[in-house]
Parts: sequence; structure tokens; C-alpha cells
Amino acid sequence: MKKLFSSLSGRFYMLVESVRMSVSNICQNRMRSFLTILGIMIGVTAVIALVTTVSGVSSSISDSFTSMGAGTMTLSVSGTELKSGLTDEDMKSITALEHVLGVSPTVSASLTVSADGVSESGTSVSGRNAFYFSYNTDVVERGRSLNELDMTSSNRVCVISSDMVETFFYGVDPIGKTLYLNNQSFTVVGVLKDDADSSVTSLVAGSSDILVPYTTALKMNSATMVINLTVYTDDIDSSSAVESELEAFLDPLFNYEDDTYSINSMESIGDTMTEMLGMMSMLLGGIASIALVVGGIGIMNMMLTSVTERTVEIGLKKAIGAEPGQIQLQFLIESFLLSMVGGLAGVLLGVILSALLCSVMGTAFSLSYGAIALGVGFSAAVGIVFGWSPARKASKLSPIDALRRM
Amino acid sequence: MSQAIEDRGDFFIMHNIVKEYQMGEEVATILKGVNLTINEGEYVSVLGPSGSGKSTLMNIIGCLDQPTSGEYILRNQWVDELDEKELSHIRSKEIGFIFQNSQMLPLLDAQKNVELPLIYAGVRPKERRERAAEMLEHVGLGDRRHHRPNQLSGGQQQRVAIARALVTNPTLLLADEPTGALDQKMGRQIMELFQELSDGGHTIVMITHDLNIAKHAKRVVHIIDGELTEHEGGELEA
Repeated sequence: MKKLFSSLSGRFYMLVESVRMSVSNICQNRMRSFLTILGIMIGVTAVIALVTTVSGVSSSISDSFTSMGAGTMTLSVSGTELKSGLTDEDMKSITALEHVLGVSPTVSASLTVSADGVSESGTSVSGRNAFYFSYNTDVVERGRSLNELDMTSSNRVCVISSDMVETFFYGVDPIGKTLYLNNQSFTVVGVLKDDADSSVTSLVAGSSDILVPYTTALKMNSATMVINLTVYTDDIDSSSAVESELEAFLDPLFNYEDDTYSINSMESIGDTMTEMLGMMSMLLGGIASIALVVGGIGIMNMMLTSVTERTVEIGLKKAIGAEPGQIQLQFLIESFLLSMVGGLAGVLLGVILSALLCSVMGTAFSLSYGAIALGVGFSAAVGIVFGWSPARKASKLSPIDALRRM
Repeated sequence: MSQAIEDRGDFFIMHNIVKEYQMGEEVATILKGVNLTINEGEYVSVLGPSGSGKSTLMNIIGCLDQPTSGEYILRNQWVDELDEKELSHIRSKEIGFIFQNSQMLPLLDAQKNVELPLIYAGVRPKERRERAAEMLEHVGLGDRRHHRPNQLSGGQQQRVAIARALVTNPTLLLADEPTGALDQKMGRQIMELFQELSDGGHTIVMITHDLNIAKHAKRVVHIIDGELTEHEGGELEA
């Protein structure tokens, strides 16, 4: 036991001295060591900068997706020949599902709008229900929003965007004025806030300049059923639960036929985006790691030169009792140190570079520990893998051949 | 082991050592059945011209090379048939090398150069430093411990090499042309140091081509064309 301990501690002292000798050897060939380290550094910098920047971009994209459509999902129905959409009853049933706060149909139409002799065709008009306005309380800037009574009696009232105000009611108060949609008179009751309609629905269906009761919009479209529906859930995390609930409700409704409806949540779109960006960062990281391999070859080249130059030293060390393993260790430590110094410098530079890139692109910079671990681990591996064969070569040198050169 | 030291007959025995090299198609026989026995505390020089096989003999004595055939026993250990690692242990424990060019490592100071064999032997740092310092004192370089090789003269470097060879307390001190790179005055000082070491009980084998150097030893062994002949040191006076 004591003997084992003394042999272990002896190896430790030897290791310490080997590290010391490696450091002084590296410092001795300053220029060469610097260039070799530079090779590794560039590789690691490239990997870190690319991976961190892409992950910053992807997290900011998925963040904005989530904030845009937090807790909402859209349902588009193509229906069957017997049932082409959803009735009011269906919507009530969906509202009654667990985790569902409410639903809001979107009935879109493209109409000709006119007032006071000004006319504009192809204006996007959208029918909404009262829940939409009670959920998105800040949509209406002036006047009133559309209420339950407007829905049940299919009132010809509308809420218009500020663009519409400028076009048709420039300089006058639009509230209470009359607007003609396809020659039917509507009373303006409210004005939409700019960019207020940034909900999922607007993202999917495009933003609308004029909002009317959905019942009125259905009538104008000569339709009775709703085909686009936004479902509001009580929590972001419940979207998958709601999705399966919806499937359970809709499948029997449409006779279990395929492709009769589709459900999209912003989370799932965001997830797909994140997945794609993740693959992209892998790809870019892979390309950047070619630089690391080139750096590794640089290390190998330097170590091979070093072994040849230090043949006499190796022979001498062997003559005074160094084991082949101890010689190999010495050279391995050297290549390991070179690549680790390069790796750490590369991590530092890569983090700085990606922070700069992120601030230039205006995305949030987040330190990716995975990328740092990857950079450090990769450079350590490069040092050992590419240092192995030169170190092996050194340890195999015959002391006689080495000493003959003296 | 201690039994072996007492048993002087087993201290250093070479029996019928043959060394052959493959030179292209032909086999060159460098050593043709060398027999050599050295007792503990002896001071022996191996004298021979270049090409006589003395370097090959030195390599085999120093366990840097192994014979094609024959037996070599060093301190009761059979040296032939050992692998690389075991040979390095023998070199670490039993042999102290002194080369023609002192061969200090240029990046290390005198102290660290002397410590080197102890580092590979796994000696603790404190003990290592003390032993190296003591040995440098012994060869008269106590005040130059922290000089780099380029700050030392050839003779001083050779003294560092001798300290390095002695620091492991080896069984055998093996010197290859130890004065070859030195001027006469320095060479004489080194020979005086060898005499002191011999008087102090160290076993020394010195390889040289120079009769004037060889005759410092009590016993001179001639090697010519791979074969040994023995002389007493006195016989070579003329």
C-alpha cells in the first residue's frame, strides 16, 4: 500500500515537472507556438460565434412567436360535402372544452367601400364576435367595440382602422358616420388602434381595415357557417391538450374524414422554426469545425517538427531513465496545452464576437454553455488526437539513434 | 539484492556477448563473443579505435541496446530479454551516463538538469532538490546551481553531467569519451574527479580511444575488431 502510494505520488511529481518543461518548451518557440495556437483559436472562435449567434437568433424568433400568439391556436375548416363549417352550436361546444377561454371566428371578405363619393375596392373586411373584443380589450382606440347585441341582431355597425379614417373621414370625427360596404350602409362606432390587430388571426389572415359583427359578415358572404376560428386557451402549456380535445370533438363532426380541418398553434410553428434553426446551427458548426481540424493538423505538424528537433533531448532523457510512456506523456502534454490555450482564447473571442454580432442584428445575446463546452472539449480532443502520433513517435525513438546525433 | 552486492562475482558479468547488425544483404558482426567481468569498485577503461565496436559495447553495458546473443548480468539481474520499459528502469536505477558532449538540456539550469533523473525515478521534490544540490556541491559547482548551460564552460557542463550521473547513486558510472570535447587542462581536472570518485568506491567504466586518458584507470581493456584483450594499467606506460 505504501509502495503504491509512493509510486503514485512519484508519478504526480513527474507529471508536474513534465507540465513545467512543456510550458518552457512552448515559450521557447514563441512564434511557432503562437501560430499553432492561432490555428486552433480561429477554429474554436468560428464554432462558438456561429453556434451562439444562431442560437441567439433562434431564441429571439421563437420568443416573438410565442409572445405573438401566446395561448392561441387557429382552426381552419374545409369540411365535408354535408357540413362545410362550424355553426354557433359548434362554437359553443368548443368554448365549453376544458382549458378553452373562448373562441373568435374570422369571417373574411373583400369588399368595395365607399363614403362621400370616395370609393375603394378590395378592402379587407373581417367579421369578429364579441369575445374577440372582450379578450383583446386594447384593440379599439376610440368609440366603442362590438358587443353581443350587435352579434345577435346582425347590426350593420363597424370599427375601422385609422387608415380608413384618413381615406374616408379626413379631418372629421368618424364616429356615427355612415360607410357603405358593397352599397350597404354601416354605422362607424369605433376606431382601431394602429397595429392593435397583431393577433394570430391577423398573422394568418392578414390584418383587416374594417371589423364588423361576424353574423353580419356571414350574411354578406351569403354563408351560414364559420370556417376560420381562433381558440384562446387559458395557458400556453395547455395548447397540446386543447389540440387533442379539439380533435376528439371535430373528428365525429366531420365523419372521421381526412383533411377536413387543420389546427395550428403559434407554439408549434415556433417549434418548427427553432428546430430548423437548430439544424442550421449544427450545419454551420460542422463547417466551422473543419477549421478546427485544420488547426489540429497544425498542431500535429508542429509536434512532428519538435520531435525531430529534440531527438537528442529524447535520447538523453531515455538514457537517464525516462520510460517510453514518460516521453510520450511529455509531448502529449505539450500538444494538449497548445490546443487548450487556443481553445480557451477561442471561446473568449467567440463569445465576444457573437455578442457583437447579436447586438448588430438586434437579437438577444445568450451565452450558450453547450457551445463553450463544445469548444473546450473539442480543442482538448484535437490536442490529444493530433498530438498522439508525434508523441508516440518520440517515445519509440531508439536512444542509440538519438544519441548518435550528438 | 543485498546478497548480490556481497557476492562480488555476480556484480557485472558479460559472457560471450555477440552483436550483429543487418547491413543490407550482409550481416555485420560488431561484437564477436565478448567476455568481461567487473568487480564492484573497479575503475576500468575500454580502449579502442573508432569502428572497433566500443560504442556498441557501451550501448549494451548501458542497457541502451541488447546483444544478439550472450548473457549479461548486472547486479544479479539478467539484462538480456528485458523489454523497453524494464530497460528504462535499469538505466534509471543502475547506470549513470556521462557523454562526450555533456548534453545538458538547454532550457533547464544546472540544478534542474541534475534533478532530471530523479524526476523520472519519481523522487519527492524536496528530497530531489537536496540531493541535486548536494551532488553539485560534490563536483565543485555549489555556487553555479542556477546557471543555464550557456553560462557554463565546457568543463563545468561536464561536471554537471557527472553530478547528474551520480545523483541516482547508480551501480555503474558509464562514461563515453568524457574528455573528448575538453581542452587538456579541463580534461585533467575531470580525470582527477574520476579518480576521486573511484577512490570513494564508485564503479567506473570509461570508453575512450585515447591511450593517455585510458591509462588513468587501474585496468585497461583493449577492444579491437569486436574482441577484447586485457592489460594492467601499468603495462601501457610505454
